[in-house]
Amino acid sequence: MKQKDIAALLDEPACSHNKKSKSGCARPKPGSTAGGCAFDGAQIALLPIADVAHIVHGSIACAGSSWDNRGTRSSGPTLYKIGMTTDLTEQDVVMGRGEKRLFHSIHQAIETYSPAAVFVYNTCIPALVGDDVEAVCKSAEERWGTPVVPVDAAGFYGTKNLGNRIAGEAMVKYVMGRREPDPVPAAAQREGITVHDVNLIGEYNIAGELWHVLPLLDELGLRVLCTLSGDARYREVQTMHRAEVNMMVCSKAMINVARKLQEAFDTPWFEGSFYGVTDVSNALRDFARLIDDPDLTRRTEALIAREEARIDAALEPWRERLRGRRVLLYTGGVKSWSIISALQDLGMEVVATGTKKSTEEDKARIRELMGQDAVMVEDGNPRALINIVRENNVDILIAGGRNMYTALKARIPFLDINQERDFGYEGYEGMIELARQLALTIESPVWEAVRRPAPWVAQAPALDTAAEA
Amino acid sequence: MAEIVKRKKALSVNPLKASSTIGAALAFLGFHRSIPMLHGSQGCTAFGKVFFVRHFREPVPLQTSAMDQVSSVMGSEDNVVQGVKTLCEKSAPDMIGVPTTGLAETQGSDINMALHQFREKYPQFDAIPVIPVSTPDFTGCLESGFALALQGIIDSLVPEAGVAGTRPGRRPRQVTVVVGASLTPGDLETLKEMVEAFGLRPVVIPDLSDSLDGHLTAEEFSPLTIGGTPVSELQTLGDSVATLVVGASMNKAADLLHERTGVPDYRFDHLMGLEAVDAFVAALAEISDESVPPRLERQRAQLQDAMLDTHFMLGMSRVGIAADPDLLNAFSQMLHGMGVSTVAAVAPANARILKKLPAETVRLGDLEELEKDCVAGDAEFIISNSHAADTAHRLGLPLLRAGFPQYDLLGGYQRVWIGYQGTRATLFDLANMLMSLERGEIHPYHSIYAQKPPQEKTEESHGIAKTFEDSGLRH
Repeated sequence: MKQKDIAALLDEPACSHNKKSKSGCARPKPGSTAGGCAFDGAQIALLPIADVAHIVHGSIACAGSSWDNRGTRSSGPTLYKIGMTTDLTEQDVVMGRGEKRLFHSIHQAIETYSPAAVFVYNTCIPALVGDDVEAVCKSAEERWGTPVVPVDAAGFYGTKNLGNRIAGEAMVKYVMGRREPDPVPAAAQREGITVHDVNLIGEYNIAGELWHVLPLLDELGLRVLCTLSGDARYREVQTMHRAEVNMMVCSKAMINVARKLQEAFDTPWFEGSFYGVTDVSNALRDFARLIDDPDLTRRTEALIAREEARIDAALEPWRERLRGRRVLLYTGGVKSWSIISALQDLGMEVVATGTKKSTEEDKARIRELMGQDAVMVEDGNPRALINIVRENNVDILIAGGRNMYTALKARIPFLDINQERDFGYEGYEGMIELARQLALTIESPVWEAVRRPAPWVAQAPALDTAAEA
Repeated sequence: MAEIVKRKKALSVNPLKASSTIGAALAFLGFHRSIPMLHGSQGCTAFGKVFFVRHFREPVPLQTSAMDQVSSVMGSEDNVVQGVKTLCEKSAPDMIGVPTTGLAETQGSDINMALHQFREKYPQFDAIPVIPVSTPDFTGCLESGFALALQGIIDSLVPEAGVAGTRPGRRPRQVTVVVGASLTPGDLETLKEMVEAFGLRPVVIPDLSDSLDGHLTAEEFSPLTIGGTPVSELQTLGDSVATLVVGASMNKAADLLHERTGVPDYRFDHLMGLEAVDAFVAALAEISDESVPPRLERQRAQLQDAMLDTHFMLGMSRVGIAADPDLLNAFSQMLHGMGVSTVAAVAPANARILKKLPAETVRLGDLEELEKDCVAGDAEFIISNSHAADTAHRLGLPLLRAGFPQYDLLGGYQRVWIGYQGTRATLFDLANMLMSLERGEIHPYHSIYAQKPPQEKTEESHGIAKTFEDSGLRH
């Protein structure tokens, strides 16, 4: 990828980070950087497309350390779970055999698995030695008649966030607009209900949580043309340009997709979340608002009233157990506020939230929810997080999986909220699972057991004071 | 406090109980050059032998007084005399155990009189101890029979301190370890290592880890046990600095040992879980006056870490356990400390410890009742012996095999449950089991509008919620 293409992706007009003179995403700082690379971001964004063969073109570390590592689920094909890489050898690199190997790899994938399409993720080494991945993809597609999409996402191009955009860009450039949506099946037509087409962008169906939301949309007559990319199929991605509304789900990661669809097709978009009762309701209302169909609005309100009453009753026993518990939330971006409302719905108190990846807009919403004095944690190094826990009598730390073991080592109850988790929390229904998981760890007797000093130790080694010192 | 629910039905279906008779036989197998002779019909021994051979995958010395029709009616004392004499002549064992069966007890066989006759008739075998135990299979279970046998052994072979001139602590590094039937040979090995880590010398009674641990010996065949605690060691128990008692079932035996020797004892209901092992290690530190070895501290820290890692899966989960009282209690207590509820607890026979179980009720019953209680309590996994494999299969639940018998699992007898490391391994196994289940898993929902490829739609058209009306929302 050329420098100017990267610069164009970094300069995202729709991004609220992009208002100052020095714009774009921050450069990674050597020696003090956590988080994935562009390849990571691109792969994560597209891997959930279930009927595609995802080939990582590179030496083994890229695919080897990352495949089969995400909790996204499919209702049908499982091809996306099959790890594929060209696994370049020293000979390939030195002798320039990478392109040839890639060409044969694509052939092999098509022959063995008959995928709907092949996505080829370019990585650092082939990018560096100059493999022409786009050309290989093109000639492979011509030769075997299966779509082959290059995703040029070498790690050194930048951060994971950039990778998400590269992925979105590839979908816009090579896939969207290649097919018209199917007609709405006659069996799915209901008297008096006009079906409206929408897309969910940045929804990954972690642990199948999308399936808590989809029935609601079905009931309202909202057809999801495509989810980018949870439980998606290639042919669905092709029709994304025809949506009436795009929802950016809980993430700005693929904001460029929404923007480009708006530019090219005038599709309005909004940003929302399916976490927490309030946010699910808001998202449904946003669809109705942007589609502007009075009947839809009426039915949406009725559904919200019904579901909120139902879930409120179901959550009541959990609220009793969780009320007043203090939470430190440390997640990136949109989740920093979307989860807050979910936790507040459960009667919990969020004492601080991480804002490392949050925009000014996100922060404003945080203040709205938590008050002006909301503690925002910019620097999420483990020591700092532990200190906040100690200082604020926090009952539970909610963060991404990579912070889990830090929390556990410090004997702090923990809930994993990121993509690797095993439980789905979206939708009204997901709130019950969230409550259950919170109670499970907070109330567990193991915390007392692991804090208790051995009986032969005369004096308790005061863990808490040691941590604060 | 658990409520004990006694057996109410006539028929025992898929029985959990193994007899107290073979429990007693097992205790004798933990002594060197020993052999149990069940006083009953030959079938009593044959079944018992198969039971242990399948479990341990070892040859098991076991004999019978071979009561027949005539002796069953006319009196079987002579069978005992003959049987014991034959064993003495053929292999001069260091100890012969004579557990009685239901048949012998019902007939009214006077085992003590029989042995008295034997001594009168064959004084040349006076040096060979013969220990009678009354263990009709209509009372108790394997665990209680095991305890009774050890009680009998202590009664016969541990001398009064005053008479023998033993004195607690005369052997300042020797520790007597009285162990119940819930401990496997693997457990005992671990237990010995823990004791030895404090510079102490454990005398384990009985020591199955030396006899039935599955090791190849130089001897090709032996009609007696190879390995196990030497019978001669029993003479020295009065000189031990302390006695450690593992298993509530061994309390009576421990009382007797204490009465005989005056050696102070430390008692533990079980050795699973952080708290229980901590207490045990603390006792060792106290007895030895040594500090806790770094290796144990390390293992303790490893267990704590494993508790944290596994609580996500184990927390709020529900288990059904069917086992002899000590083992049932050990698992239930340990898992209680992890936030697991015991929703079904079944023991084959009553014991005091059962009241302490962290469960609402403990049923004295069979595997059919375990099955019903598991359904009623919505259990997610089962801990029991191999007989529960079918139960678990019918319920679609995973089974962790523990207790007797384990005939469909190699190495089950060697499994270590106790100590920091044994507990850790158990936690990992159970957490993995739970992780492999579809717990909290959201079932795929197919949108009525979905533009999935046509071939997918036909594949999916069976048995799936096809509209939002019957989707997960309304369950």
